[in-house]
Amino acid sequence: MSQTETPRRPIIELDRVEKHYGDVAALAGVSAEIREGEFFSLLGPSGCGKTTLLRLIGGFIEPTRGAVSIDGKPMTGVPANHRPTNMVFQSYAIFPHLNVFENVAYGLKKQRLDRAEMRKRVEDALAMVDLAGYGARPSHALSGGQQQRVALARALVMRPRVLLLDEPLSALDKKLREQMEVELRHLQRHVGITFLLVTHDQEEALIMSDRIAVMFEGRIAQLASPEELYRRPVSRRVASFIGVMNFLDARLTGEAGDSLSLDVAALGRLEVPRDQAPGGVNGGQVSVGIRPEMLTILFSDADRAEREIEGEVVDVNYYGDMTYYEVRLPGAGTPATISMRNTAGRRILREGTTARVGWSPASLVVLD
Amino acid sequence: MNERGASGWLKGYAVGYLAFLYGPVLLLPILAFNDSAVVNFPFRGITTRWFGQLWETPALHQAVVNSLYVGLSSAVIATILGICAARASARFKFPAKRGIMGFIMLPLVLPEIIVAVALLVMLMQFGLDLGLWAVILGHVLLCTPFSIAILTSAFLNLDRSLEEASLDLGETRLGTFFRVTLPLVAPGIISSLLISFTISFDEFIIAFFLTATEPTLPVYIWSQLRFTSRLPSVVALGCLLLVMSLVLLCAAEYFRRRAMRRAGPASATGGYL
Repeated sequence: MSQTETPRRPIIELDRVEKHYGDVAALAGVSAEIREGEFFSLLGPSGCGKTTLLRLIGGFIEPTRGAVSIDGKPMTGVPANHRPTNMVFQSYAIFPHLNVFENVAYGLKKQRLDRAEMRKRVEDALAMVDLAGYGARPSHALSGGQQQRVALARALVMRPRVLLLDEPLSALDKKLREQMEVELRHLQRHVGITFLLVTHDQEEALIMSDRIAVMFEGRIAQLASPEELYRRPVSRRVASFIGVMNFLDARLTGEAGDSLSLDVAALGRLEVPRDQAPGGVNGGQVSVGIRPEMLTILFSDADRAEREIEGEVVDVNYYGDMTYYEVRLPGAGTPATISMRNTAGRRILREGTTARVGWSPASLVVLD
Repeated sequence: MNERGASGWLKGYAVGYLAFLYGPVLLLPILAFNDSAVVNFPFRGITTRWFGQLWETPALHQAVVNSLYVGLSSAVIATILGICAARASARFKFPAKRGIMGFIMLPLVLPEIIVAVALLVMLMQFGLDLGLWAVILGHVLLCTPFSIAILTSAFLNLDRSLEEASLDLGETRLGTFFRVTLPLVAPGIISSLLISFTISFDEFIIAFFLTATEPTLPVYIWSQLRFTSRLPSVVALGCLLLVMSLVLLCAAEYFRRRAMRRAGPASATGGYL
């Protein structure tokens, strides 16, 4: 991916940030730069420190070590009410004793705007989240989706440098969540404000983000674009956290210049360029990963692939648009998952069938 | 015994129980209008004389004023102390928190007479003059645990992220307390004020020990019971107090429900009763 756009300047800089609670390190040294105007996600399982990091940037907690700076200014000792960030809380935190208008106007009251100006800004913010005309509604009469929009409007009306979003979609049902994923993305493009999202949902992160930091145990395991993260994960752990990945045991048999020679279970001997091992290799035993959609079942004799092996279908899971096959490859431990789109006329294989499976060395990723 | 019989018994028990609870109280207004110098049956006629007599007793008025003064002061002070303690215990972790909270709550189960005697002895030791301020001191001690108990549940029900959201939107900690925290725990505060006032208003032992020459209403009523001729007017007074507490209770319940409607079910802090 060679993009010619000029690199945007960092809006948030994290310098070896640590946060300890007693003996437990919630954050064990995080350094990263979040660029102006990007949609950045912190992705990880619960307890990985992503929410701690977000709250640290928002000013609700102070780091034990390290420094956070926003817009070039160090934030040490600066409380939440003096930071150029605003947060959409997981629970939305809509003030129950105020109506929609008063909720959105809450932060503006401190800015001593005149009435007309304030009214206009609140109404613009409400219109931006499709809640025009809802101002007089009491906040407890709102649905979950509407509460979230109010929370968004209330934060955006402050014109923050960075908008922090703490698992904003986790309380919504699936349909609404998918709709909001797209809307949030559009909203971010429209307002041009840097969005920093915390989520444990990899799909959510992939759909919305420009860049994603995957976190485990208080550290960033990988920071990359969604595409790179999916195609070139640096570790088995990242690979299995983002989508589904088949792992095959392999042995590194040689390194020559820019290429690696491998002996892979089921797939045999092959050579791949070194950039297919983004996490580096230490020799000896390694793993080779391949995504379910990178393996192809060859239905007719006329179908050809760069490389082919045979396997036995041991399980079939039909999803409507897709079928997921579990195929036992000779020499591989666990069956490999293969996903096939159910295109017109394509039949569904039964369990016990022997299938020809096509693959390509270019779609492998070598993991330590 | 069949089901019908059992439910008949239960009904009888329920009616008997309620009669025992409220019978004497309901008798009060009836007796208050009885045209007889001694409190008894049968009725000799209807009169409002006893109420008139209340109107013409300055000592009683002074006692009412004293009680209102003590009750309001105790309620306000106990509730302010309660807000501080409840907020701290609901929000923060600090060393020996359980022990400290336990000591604050102790007067809840301590016999009043012990508190009263202890206070009396201590104030005498310091050579301080007794008076209404001493009664207020004792009543604050008595009311604060109730206030804390009520307010702790109100503060615990408060979603912490609401206060964080306020800070996040540029409000200071103090401003957040006044714009978010207080309005949301207001039902609890009203509740605490009301209960503290009620406890103080009808408290006798501490008031009896610590007032010098300024009796509160319960102390005044007790002093009147020694004179048979005063009894009917004491009954009339009890009748007025009954009406007053009913009005107070209804008002409080009305405010609580209104607050609940405004705040939504999430911040309900429970009724007074």
